[in-house]
Order: sequence, then C-alpha cells, then structure tokens
Amino acid sequence: MPDTQVLVNDFLNKLKKRKIEGSQATARQTAELLRSVISQQRVPYTNQAGALIDAVKAVGEQLIAANPVELAVGNIVRRVLHIIREEDLSLTTAAIGGLNLSAVSDDENDDDRDGDSTLSAAAVAAAARSTLRPPSLQTLLEDTPVSAAVPQTSSSGGDSEGKSKSADKSSRSRKLKHDVIEAVNELIQDIVTCHEQIAEQAVEHIHQNEVILTLGSSRTVLEFLFAAKEKKRSFRVFVAEGAPRYQGHLLAKELVARGLQTTLITDSAVFAMISRVNMVIVGAHAVMANGGVIAPVGMNLVALAAQKHAVPFVVLAGSHKLCPLYPHNPEVLLNELRSPSELLDFGEFSDCMDFGSGSGSPLLHVVNPAFDYVPPKLVSLFITDTGGHNPSYMYRLIADYYSADDLVVQRRATAGN
Amino acid sequence: MDSRRSSRAVIDPKVRQVGFFTSAPLPPDRTQSDPPDPIRSPPLADASSPGNSLSPVMIPPPRHPSDSLLRLPHSPSDAFPPPSPTTTTTSLGDFSDDVTAASSPPPAAARVRGRGSSVKQQGAASSFPGGGFEVPPSVKAPSSVPASGLTTVSVVKLPPGISVEVQSDRALNSKPLKEKTSKAERRAIQEAQRAAKAAAKAEGIKTPAVTALANAKSAKSTKPSPQRNDSAVVVAASEKKGGDRSVEKDRKKDVPHPRMQYDDKSRVQKLKKRSVVKPTEARNRVELFRHLPQYEHGTQLPVLQSKFFQLDTLHPAVYKVGLQYLSGDICGGNARCIAMLQAFQEAIRDYSTPPAKTLSRDLTAKISSYVSFLIDCRPLSVSMGNAIRFLKSQIAKIPISLSESEAKATLHSDIERFINEKIILADRVIVKHAVTKIRDGDVLLTYGSSSAVEMILQHAHELGKQFRVVIVDSRPKHEGKLLLRRLVRKGLSCTYTHINAISYIMHEVTRVFLGASSVLSNGTVYSRVGTACVAMVAYGFHIPVLVCCEAYKFHERVQLDSICSNELGDPDSISKVPGREDINHLDGWDKSENLQLLNLIYDATPSDYVSLIITDYGMIPPTSVPVIVREYGRGQLWI
Repeated sequence: MPDTQVLVNDFLNKLKKRKIEGSQATARQTAELLRSVISQQRVPYTNQAGALIDAVKAVGEQLIAANPVELAVGNIVRRVLHIIREEDLSLTTAAIGGLNLSAVSDDENDDDRDGDSTLSAAAVAAAARSTLRPPSLQTLLEDTPVSAAVPQTSSSGGDSEGKSKSADKSSRSRKLKHDVIEAVNELIQDIVTCHEQIAEQAVEHIHQNEVILTLGSSRTVLEFLFAAKEKKRSFRVFVAEGAPRYQGHLLAKELVARGLQTTLITDSAVFAMISRVNMVIVGAHAVMANGGVIAPVGMNLVALAAQKHAVPFVVLAGSHKLCPLYPHNPEVLLNELRSPSELLDFGEFSDCMDFGSGSGSPLLHVVNPAFDYVPPKLVSLFITDTGGHNPSYMYRLIADYYSADDLVVQRRATAGN
Repeated sequence: MDSRRSSRAVIDPKVRQVGFFTSAPLPPDRTQSDPPDPIRSPPLADASSPGNSLSPVMIPPPRHPSDSLLRLPHSPSDAFPPPSPTTTTTSLGDFSDDVTAASSPPPAAARVRGRGSSVKQQGAASSFPGGGFEVPPSVKAPSSVPASGLTTVSVVKLPPGISVEVQSDRALNSKPLKEKTSKAERRAIQEAQRAAKAAAKAEGIKTPAVTALANAKSAKSTKPSPQRNDSAVVVAASEKKGGDRSVEKDRKKDVPHPRMQYDDKSRVQKLKKRSVVKPTEARNRVELFRHLPQYEHGTQLPVLQSKFFQLDTLHPAVYKVGLQYLSGDICGGNARCIAMLQAFQEAIRDYSTPPAKTLSRDLTAKISSYVSFLIDCRPLSVSMGNAIRFLKSQIAKIPISLSESEAKATLHSDIERFINEKIILADRVIVKHAVTKIRDGDVLLTYGSSSAVEMILQHAHELGKQFRVVIVDSRPKHEGKLLLRRLVRKGLSCTYTHINAISYIMHEVTRVFLGASSVLSNGTVYSRVGTACVAMVAYGFHIPVLVCCEAYKFHERVQLDSICSNELGDPDSISKVPGREDINHLDGWDKSENLQLLNLIYDATPSDYVSLIITDYGMIPPTSVPVIVREYGRGQLWI
C-alpha cells in the first residue's frame, strides 16, 4: 500500500511544518487519512480488528510525534481506535449471541477465540451498554450472571444477528471494515458539523444587550455569535486582538460584516474592560481530561480577569477537542515557542540574540509561546456539541469517546512492535 | 544673617503642620539648639516623644535643609522642667532689638532666648495646667508682641501661674495659598515668636505671667514695628478667622474638582470656543467612553503647524512641548512633567507684566492658557496636574512688593527646586530603596518602560547584583523595545515577551517592578494599560508586585475602574500592525459603522494586587497611600 504511505508522509510533513493549523482542520484531515489507511489495509483472515488497530496505531504514532502539541490528532487517532474496538465488539457480541443461541461453539477458529476470549466478558457488558439499554433493575437485584443478560441483547438485535450467524467469514471481515469506515465517516461528519451543533445552543446563553468578550479568533465562536445574532438578539462584542497572531482582527472583520456591534481592543486592555463585560466566550485548542483548557496564548489572562470580576468564562469546544490525557505542567509541556520575529524584527536585535558572539549565552531571549493553559477552576462552562458541561464532568464525557486501552497510543505501539 | 534664617523659618512650620497639627496648646520648646543649654539632654528629649501630641502615624516630616532647626513640639510634661538658672540667663541679649521690642514687662520676664531657631514656636502654643484660655483678652500688656499674618499674639499680664498661648493655629488652618508673607510680615512673626518665648520663660520662672492670646487688633494698636507695612496688618486681619471653620472649608476645597465630562454637550461647546486647536471628533466612538475626549488623532498637527505664526498668545517653548506631546515624542509621566515645567520656566523668563496688571494674576491666567493648550494636545497626567498646582500656588504666593525680575527669579528657582527634589532626587531615593529588594539570582519582571524602574535596574546592575530582567511589552506602543535596547546595551541579561505570554513567563519570575502614572488615594495604581493584567497574574502566582512611584504623583482622587477616567489613544494604531504586512484584515473596515477601535492608555490596578509601593518617603503598603497624601499632600506642594 504505497499510496497510503505517500498520503501519510504528506500529512506528516504538513504537520511538522505547521502548514495545517487549527484543531478542526487537523482533526478532519487526520480522520480522512485514517479512513484511507483503514480502507487500504489488507485485513487478514483472522483477528481483523487487531490488524486494523495495529495499522492505525502505527500511523497515529507518527502523526502524534509530528506535532505533539496538536492534540486533535491524537484525539482522532484514539477515536478511530475506539471505533474499531466498538465495531469489533458489536460484531463479536452478535456472533457470541448467535453462538449462544444456536449452541454452536467449535465452529469458530481457535486463534480467533483466543484473541477474543479475554474480551468476551467485558465485551458483552460493553455491548449491552452500547445498545443504550441499561441492565434492568431486576437483573441487578437478582445478580444474575452476565451471560443471562446476553441472549436478551442479541435477541433484540435479531436481524443483524441472524445475518452474522448465516454470514461466512469473508463477509464478516468485510463487514467489520465497512462498519469502521462508516463510523469514521460519521466522525468526520461530526467534526464538520460541530459548529452548527454548538451554535444551536447560542440562544440559550446570549440574551439581549449582552456584552461579550472574546480573544483571538475561533470559528466556533464566530458561528456561535452569528447564531445568536440570527435569532434577533442584539449584543455587543469586545474582541481582544490576540497578539502576536492578531486573529482578533479577522474575527472583528467577520463580525462587522455580519452587522454585529464590535469593538476591537488591545490585549492589555482586557482587565480594564472586563468589568463591563457580561460573559466571556472563547474557543479552545484542546480540552484536557481534568477540565483544563489549552487555548491560544493570553487566555489565562482573560480567565483570571473574568474570575476577578465574576464574569462567566465559557469555552466552546467540539468533541474532537476533548483530550483524554491529564495535563502535567501543561504551560511548558503542551506548548510550543514560535518565532521571535513575531515580536521583534529580525535584524533589530539579532546581534544580541546571537549565541556565537561574546561569552556564549546571549543577553537577549525572546519568548513567544503559542498556547496558554487555563486551569479548570477558572472555567465556568464548556459548551460542546453534546450540550453544556462543567469542567468536572469532562473526564466522564471523555470515557464516552475513548476506550481506556488507547489512552497511551505510543507506548502500546512500541511495546507491540 | 539671623533675619535670613528666620525668614525661611516662617515657611518651615507649615511643613510641620502637615499631619502633626494638633489643636491642643503646646508649650514652647526650650530644648533648642542652644549649645550651652543644660536642659537639652538626651533623656529629656526622649521623654518628649511619647507625650507629645503627634498623630498616631509617626511619619517623620519631610526633611529639607532648614529642617535641622525644626523640632517636634514637646509635650507639656517636659516643657516646664524646673528651670535652671543657666537657661534663663544664657541667651539674654542675643537680639537686643528684639528683646526691647518684645518685652517691656519687668526685665526678669524678658529673658528672651532668641535664636533664629525660634521658629518652632510658631506651630506650638504653650499653656500651663492652669489653662490660659479663660483669661480675658481685655487685660492688655503694657507692651505687646507684633501680629502678623501667621501669628497674632497679644501679651497679657496676669497673675503668676497662668498661661502663655501663642495662637498660631491660623497658619495651620488657613489655606496656604492665600497667605502672602512679605519681609515685614516675617519680621513681625519672628518678633511675635520671640516675645511669646520670652513670655513663656517668664512664666517658667514664676515672674508675672504673660499670656499671649490671639488678638490682632490689640497687637496692632499697641506696637507697630517700624518695618511693618500696612499690607501685613491687612493680611493679618483677613487671615484671622475661626480656625475650625477654615479647616472644614479646606477639607471641602481639598476635594478635587470633578473632571471635565465630554458627554456634557454644553460644556464641550464652551471648551471648544476657547481652545486653540480644533480637533475633529472621532467617528466611531466607543459607547462606554463618551465621557472622555475622543478625537481623530493627528488632525491637530497640521492645523497647529499652520497656525504657528498666529498663536502669539503662546510661548514658543510651550508650543513646542505641546507638539511633542501630540506627536508622542515625549511620553512618560516624569518626562512630560519636566518638559512642561521647563517650558513654563522659559515662558516665565520671557514674561513681562502688562501695564495696569499684577504679576500674580496675569501670570496665573497665562499659565492657565498654556495648560489648556497642553490639554488640547494631550490630556494632562496626574503628575503634571500636581506640578501645575504647585506652580500656581507659588505664583500666588509671590508678594506684591517683590519686583518683577525678583519674582521671576523666585519662580524660576521654585520650578528648578520642584524638578530637582520631587522628581530627580525622589527617583534617586526610590532607586536606593528598591535596590535593597533585589537579590542575586532574582528574575525581575517589568512591564512597558518606566523611568524609575529602568534606573533601579541599571543601578542594581552597577552594584554588581546578578539578576535577569524580563521585559513584557504590549501593543500598540511597544515601549518595552526601547527599554530592552537600553538595558541590553548596558549588558543586562534580558528576556523579551509580550503581555499575552505573561502567564507563561511568570513561572520563573521572582519579583515584579512596575512604574505608575499615579497612585490614587484608595491605593489604586493608575498606570499604562496592561499593568493591571501583569499585577493580577503576579498576584495569582504569589509573586510580590513592587510599584515605583514618586510621591508627587500621588493624588487624593479615588477610582475603582479604568473606565470612569482614562485617556484614549489613536484608534488607528490598533487596526494596523507595523512590521506585519500579513495582518491587514481590517484594511478598509475601520470606516464601518459597527466597528469601533478602542485604544486605552491607562488602567487602574486594584490595591490588593500591589504588595508594596516604593516612594521617596520610603516603602509603604498601598493602604498607606491616603496617609501619605494627607500628611504630605500639602507639604510636598508648598515646599
């Protein structure tokens, strides 16, 4: 499969050179890349899920290494892994269900049984959960064995079970791949439409004559504000320009084009203006499992000021920004330093920044970080495409999207290799 | 030589009255600088301090050269020790003419310990436990002490054991702006003090008591001193008002005038008529800031340039400074203040009083017109406002008797002294204090470019301290770049970053040094925009925030937010990012109705973010700012 390798290398290059930026674009492209990886992956006769997982992990590891700060890549890789597991699980459940019903056991391949046997107990429970039917109170009370519950679920999905029961192995393997690709397509769709889903909630949060402050530019925020505007709410927006990228200018332009009352302020004036602001609405780069936010630089300043004046600090984040990792020293480890030329013109101070001259260490350092970490206690609300959540609920939300086995992509992959 | 000294001394007590004013009558100080005086022994001097009626805030009064002669008023307990013969005799006849003038009571009573230093008498009044207030003023002494604008004394002969009271509270209470002390007055005051002292001494040795009471008329009628002219008497009379009421009034006057609100249409119209410059108003005003002047930036410049030869009312030096403000060539509180004062110096030098006008009135009007021109160019900073107040008060204080050239020379030196003491020396003191807070290995963060902070950093570097500097900068002024260049050239190790990265860089910082445009009386630090952000983040990281601010920038105004009072800069500098051609999103959009660009110049840092304020009076917490303003507010302005 040389074509996927080309695609992967191309994407890796883009990531390394920071040609793709913005978590939505990266997330979508990662998902598309993984989709093609999956479709190109030749599935072995046995243990198809394992093969797919290995392939995705191998690619994912490279992608994550290419730009570790772009957490959306890792998120999507984990999401795809999770999808593969889930699909495999549902198929297995169906198969087991079929087996249980038809009482055929030795028909199955031994290897396959070995691979899945560890899964089966948990798998059945997970399958039960995935059908969104909680175990009934009666089964809980009577402590009936899980296996007793299984026939119910499988019988409920009677038609698919019937199919799988009758299907031969090749069709089953094709089905897994097909299902996974379907699910990844759904995921891509989710990423693309997450703006609209978030924006739908705008009217619930923005009232008439509100004064909203935002920093930098985020497509989500833009759509959110537009949605409120379309619902005939009139409000004013303060936009902090977000040095050194000055994306606030872009946002201000878009807002003005749509007829919103917009005031562009410098970042240093945030504290001065925050006392007249009703709500801070910002986008995020990534949301960590503890509810902390990795956001464009300067966001912590805004969050602190908002806290000082008890202004709600609302973070809009699509579900692809949810990262299942807990941050450690995020200001340093989940950050990257950008070019000093954004702050100082080259040539202006280059003599002072030169390591070669003088006593070795230069007199002048220029620090230009790209991201800021906002601790969860400063965030009032997350609005994701599934609704509003507290920072403390993030860990639970994350459990819906990722499987615990995939949290650490790299190490597994290296251990496997 | 003595008259010289005491003429200065007339002014001195005004310094002392600031903050340590007490209405309780105080005894004259006898432990004065007379070397042979046996009473002047350390234990006694010590004993005086607890008993004296200082305000509980024991801030030493500001020192200046004449201060060595000043003593704190002593408590009654130690003021009247059993008098030793030596005391009473030593200094007799030091000033023969004074003695004769002051004392025609029996010679024993007239032991005048005259010295130039008797100034201290003035703020103090003495009384015996017996209390002298009930003494009927009608009982006149055969001879009396002269009255003056500051001190109105009548000497009353009484049975022994009753009090001496030098009524000098007037000096404390009356608004110093009004008082005009001529030489003759000073003379008179001096004499009054001496007489009072003589009286006190007489009391002390149980000779027939002399009571000095406030009664200008009696003084005037009984003994006009040869040099005294009528004006002094008139002033004395006019100054003579109920002490308490004048205090009240002063308090009320102290409340600063409400600032000009630019959303008040009628007043804006009035202002426009008067002003030289006709700025065009900004089109897209920010609703919140309608009360501030918002003008199209830069439009004044060509108008002013074209008007250069028509503005005959303006002195060229003032004009030049105004243009420099306008173009931003001079910025920073101290630099602007010094530039303005020097321009005024020149203007005063070239000034001549028009016929049929008095110097003080006409010059004040002139200065006011200059000031309004400067306001047109750029709103005044608090420091400039304080300096103008000082200058106007100095002009008002010029005695009519002074010739024009003398008056101009006095003003010139006054301004010089203000610049020297309040700005240059103050900065040196601040540097001295602040350097003690820098240790080896420190990482000092500063924001923007503050002249005081820069001096501190350079001085610490010269002392050989090992530290690193983090310079945080912000749009649109980028003052930090200039500071960076200067510091790097001096060989300091610097880190440069922008304000958004403050949370990132704050991890490694150990101290934050900030400059201030003004410190308001509720502890709020009013400074370049972004200072509050820096202080807030530092506070969040538990890093001490030290604000360096000269005391002449303190102001009794209070402010809670950055919106009620602020200054708006050029909005166009927001939409354009120099050096970044890729940021051009707003080209052509700034004319849109819906887009407003807000370029705030200042913000207000709440006092809880500030750990320490370093001033020329020492290092104080922000809660002590009102104390400084109250205790020194006057003193620093009327040096």
